Amino acid sequence: MPEVIVPIGPHHPALKEPVNFRVIADGEKIVRLELDLSYNHRGIEKAAEQRDFIRVLPLLERVCGICSHSHSSAFAKGIEEIMQIEIPPRAQYIRTIIAELERMHSHLLWLGVAAHEIGFNTLFMWTWRDRELVQDTLEEMSGNRVHYGMNEVGGVRCDLTPHQVSTALERLPFLEERIYQYVDMVNDQQTLLLRFKGVGKLTREEVLKYGAVGPTARASGVDYDARRDDPYFVYTEVPWNVVTDTNGDVYGRTCVRIGELRESANIVRYCLENLPKGPVRVNAPKIAPEGEIFSRYEAPRGELAHFIRTNGTNKVERVDIRTPTLANWTSVAMCLVDQNLADIPVIVAAIDPCLSCTSRITLINTPGGKPGIVTFDELRKRGQTYCQEQGPP
Amino acid sequence: MTGLLPGLVYVFLFPGFIFLVMYALFFESLDRKITARMQNRVGPPIVQPFADFIKMLGKEVIDVDGVDRKIFDAAPVVALAAVMTAFLYVPVLGVSPFGFQGDLVLVLYLLTIPTVVLFIMGWLSRNIFSSIGGVRVITQMFIYEVPFFLALLTPALMAGTWSISEIMLWQQQNMWFMILQPIGFIVALIGLQAKLERPPFDIPEAETEIVAGPWTELTGRRLALMHLVKDVSLVTGCALITALFLGGPVLPWAVTPAWLGIIAGFCIFVVKTLALLLVLSSIKVATGRIRIDQLNTIGWKYIASASLLQVAIVLIINYRWVST
Repeated sequence: MPEVIVPIGPHHPALKEPVNFRVIADGEKIVRLELDLSYNHRGIEKAAEQRDFIRVLPLLERVCGICSHSHSSAFAKGIEEIMQIEIPPRAQYIRTIIAELERMHSHLLWLGVAAHEIGFNTLFMWTWRDRELVQDTLEEMSGNRVHYGMNEVGGVRCDLTPHQVSTALERLPFLEERIYQYVDMVNDQQTLLLRFKGVGKLTREEVLKYGAVGPTARASGVDYDARRDDPYFVYTEVPWNVVTDTNGDVYGRTCVRIGELRESANIVRYCLENLPKGPVRVNAPKIAPEGEIFSRYEAPRGELAHFIRTNGTNKVERVDIRTPTLANWTSVAMCLVDQNLADIPVIVAAIDPCLSCTSRITLINTPGGKPGIVTFDELRKRGQTYCQEQGPP
Repeated sequence: MTGLLPGLVYVFLFPGFIFLVMYALFFESLDRKITARMQNRVGPPIVQPFADFIKMLGKEVIDVDGVDRKIFDAAPVVALAAVMTAFLYVPVLGVSPFGFQGDLVLVLYLLTIPTVVLFIMGWLSRNIFSSIGGVRVITQMFIYEVPFFLALLTPALMAGTWSISEIMLWQQQNMWFMILQPIGFIVALIGLQAKLERPPFDIPEAETEIVAGPWTELTGRRLALMHLVKDVSLVTGCALITALFLGGPVLPWAVTPAWLGIIAGFCIFVVKTLALLLVLSSIKVATGRIRIDQLNTIGWKYIASASLLQVAIVLIINYRWVST
């Protein structure tokens, strides 16, 4: 076959969120790839500047439906540092528990999605069933399954009762048993190995060059984890290891994520067993002093960064969110070249993309018909000319 | 066949057209139910495929711009006719009344027609996903067809006849070919799975890669008929392997009266085809989708070699023991 353009997205069964790839393929081989990420610009950063700190947390939680706790934690952690308040240890522990449970449900979800991308629906159904256990635990603790709303500036919203702690601890052994079964499955299942091994390979140098983060980077042997290298919450007190792998392909990323599942289960158990007593919240001031902070947080998908600037009022002057997906996109575009057409879904899924969280600009057709970025000034001028043409009302 | 009326009943009523359609749709619902239970789901109700079929027959047919409508309307019918004809030569109630020397070859070629039709539809759809799917269909056919044919022809080699019914009777007197030719049986199952484009060979309709492959532009009754073709192919394939490897729908001893034997044979047919369906569904559940280049390697390196080995073994046995 000659070179053909295969349009994937913005609507495609493999994609859960809108993104557009224009894959230029020679038969079944990929020659080149053109990406368009921004279909879901929601103006969330601008909206965050309009709200005070109490109301900005629920908003930022809605950046993502999977790593909702990550966004609110990253922001709360940053703003607390600017305000120079220390949150009580019990609140730290609860935040860590929720964060690791979130990592577990995110990785289980990812494993299912990756299996679905290679048509292995059984694993997809099984992991999503087991994910329900984690979701149930989260729902019991916070009352919600998706947006837990646990974070507040100065602590957490609600305390854990002894009953919640004991039921969560009861669920862990079964969950760990299932995780070990997935380890076996990933190592033994032949079709899975055929589709995962050697696919979407990234060397350590490439990862550093393109700035990939999270499990994608750790699968290529980059030993970096914000939880250890820029510690927050109680990660310095809890015994745990950074999981790395040297394969660098989709298989390596799977191994890293399954390893992290085990680590997360251990962290949750440790935190539940060693939950300190005391209050879960301190009264935070309404106004933050002038300052800038770069708050790093290890979300399930990789390093999440919130840049926060305050100006002495009860609102942020600027909050800039760099999601891990944005950091990982370049590496995807690079490692897709020369791969098989059939491998696109699984390579893209391997970074666990969260596209709507990543959208920061939106592309609009100019009169010439070419896509481009419309700046605010341009938009203003256009409005002025439009009004002038219309004449007075 | 003794008269015109029994012949017409056989072709149109039982076990031909009407029964076959019902049985095929029932097969699909059972397949989905088995899959769902293994995947820890509830699964659709048993009547779901019947309801889907009737609903889709009544849906609007959307024509793609610049596509030859006549070919698009005719193609599913041709495919359906081919697999339904193939079923007439496969023994269901004792031996097939239409059987003749060489019907095995005819059945194999009739079973290939849906694949070719699918390729043509994919290619004509003028849709990039359909075109890629169509190319994959034909590529995959070149990979599995040779081992599949070889595997199904080895029973004929040993039985010394080209008639499916006679191969079945040979097994009644001797032994099932599943035991005599285990390699051929396994290759035949793999080939059938690949022919029906079920996981791990659902490469041409890989949902996450190329939407629905050649099926992408099918709507309304075309889609309904193509689904039916797939279900009927599943039944015909299972029935064919039952007849060739599992001794077919006959008891190993003679039963009187004759009608009792036929009823018992029909029950055996149902049990054996359902057992095969269970095996095929288990393969479907236990695997992911492999890539077309990987299938090429596996198919020609291992599956084709295995079928050739089976042929060689049969030829040696024939030369050494049977012919003398």
